[in-house]
Amino acid sequence: MKATTLDYHRLRLGYDRYVRYLLFVCAFLMTFIILSIIIFVGKQGLSTFADVSPVEFFCNTKWDPGDGQYGALSFIVGSLLATMLAVVIGAPLGLTGAVFMAKIAPPWLREVMRPATDLYVAIPSVVYGFIGLTIMVPFIRTYFHVGTGFGLLATSIILAVMILPTIISISEDAIRAVPRPLEEASLALGATRWQTIRRVLLPAAMPGILTSIVLAMARAVGETMAVQMVIGNTPLLAKSLFTPTSTLTSEIVIEMGNTPFGSAWGNSLFLMALVLLSLSLIMIVAIRRLGRGRVV
Amino acid sequence: MKFSTKTKIAALVSALVLTTGLLGGCGGSTKEPATAEIQGTVTASGSTALLPLLKPAQEEFQKKNNKVTVNISGGGSFTGMNQVVSGAVNIGNSDVAVPDELKDKGLVDHQVAVAPFVFVVNPSVTVDNLTQQQYVDILTGKITNWKEVGGKDEKITIIHRAKSSGSRATIADIVLKGAAFTDNAVIQDSNGAVRAGIASTPGAIGYIDAAYVDNTVKGLAYNGVKYLPENVINKTYPVYAYEHMYTKGEADGPVKAFIDYVLSKEFQETYVEKNGFLPITKMK
Repeated sequence: MKATTLDYHRLRLGYDRYVRYLLFVCAFLMTFIILSIIIFVGKQGLSTFADVSPVEFFCNTKWDPGDGQYGALSFIVGSLLATMLAVVIGAPLGLTGAVFMAKIAPPWLREVMRPATDLYVAIPSVVYGFIGLTIMVPFIRTYFHVGTGFGLLATSIILAVMILPTIISISEDAIRAVPRPLEEASLALGATRWQTIRRVLLPAAMPGILTSIVLAMARAVGETMAVQMVIGNTPLLAKSLFTPTSTLTSEIVIEMGNTPFGSAWGNSLFLMALVLLSLSLIMIVAIRRLGRGRVV
Repeated sequence: MKFSTKTKIAALVSALVLTTGLLGGCGGSTKEPATAEIQGTVTASGSTALLPLLKPAQEEFQKKNNKVTVNISGGGSFTGMNQVVSGAVNIGNSDVAVPDELKDKGLVDHQVAVAPFVFVVNPSVTVDNLTQQQYVDILTGKITNWKEVGGKDEKITIIHRAKSSGSRATIADIVLKGAAFTDNAVIQDSNGAVRAGIASTPGAIGYIDAAYVDNTVKGLAYNGVKYLPENVINKTYPVYAYEHMYTKGEADGPVKAFIDYVLSKEFQETYVEKNGFLPITKMK
């Protein structure tokens, strides 16, 4: 009897060891995969510079690879503008939503709203794009009396809706995480509810709120399908919010299927991907910085 | 005890599978040696426009030759041509002729179908016909209002395909004859998306594969000739391209048998027109 228990114990130990190896292999694989992706994209992307000068790629807007012109500035500007505008529209909306859910809404309403915001995330981006294409674009065209309705405005509105759940849920957590005594002290000093929110809660939760905004930007800059459907994909700098333009992601997805791999054209698409990757990387670094700055 | 040993093995195996799956995933398919009897594997990749046509060909051909396996995937015309050059596949499907940089790689062309294109406009446009010169002026951005070509006062919006698209290359070749498209246009990445964009944008013009024309858009005549299969066959309607299946060197064995089947009268007459192409057998 005693022997079998010991046996069993030894087995458990051995089993433990193998699970450890398994986890180790998985962790190694994860790192290996992400590194290979970065190295591959980097290698393909940087080999563009064998045919195209960096100045042309980053500072020229004339994109005509069939004619040897690889100016990608309009895509970079398009990506940045669309992201910024989406945050300008989405952040105030999301933040007020977060404050409402964290501090103002009665518990039963919060119970309804929280899953509802989570549901936003579950909607595939192609659905957002489809709604944008069939409702937003014609609406902008008729309401603003412009040629097509495709462009930055339609894109940033769609993106703003897409980044709302990120901003709402992370900001709400940050606001709720502010220690109760801070809030109570403020109220005890005679501050009104709004003064407490504005002067105490929001400043205390600021690192978390900023993190949510940067995360939202990372999502917006990488969004492809929905953007590609409503931006118009014209390789020109946008003259207004209503003229069709293009972003890094939409240009890659539109051209990749028919672009010879390994040609300067194909490589320049990888270079765009590398630019995107660097943008995301910068944002991730920013988030880590912000996370460290968390006060409470 | 027995159970635990099993779990140990399972853990090891899954770790192994994960690793080998990653390492082995990059291997290409290999070509079976050709023999007199038709058997082996045929792999093809490339044009997505040709996929709906080749799918029934694959099914019917495998039914007739049950020792042959045919694999067809998409990826785009250039992907197909690159892969056939590198030997990753037996057949590269393409909407466009071989580009200059692949011309010396010994690719053999098999023209398997004719793909006609139609210029379509939003139903709000009152014009029914444009001359080639008018198409050129519109697509290069010289004419920007429908009233300049006999329509009502309405801004022209061009909605068409990306620079890498085979359809766009065909139009550039046949209609523009070397002139450059204006960049001031909305770009969509498929026939269906172009059609949807034109259908919902007043004053829009674009071109799509003839198979995609439906009543949400209005087809335009070219130099006074409406698109009809007969007009392509008697060469009065010039806006069409050949669909190609490229092999590296002359095709043999199962690859040749498959291409021969696609070219056969039986297949051409039953399936090609059904999928929006014109049978190559009818072209003179």
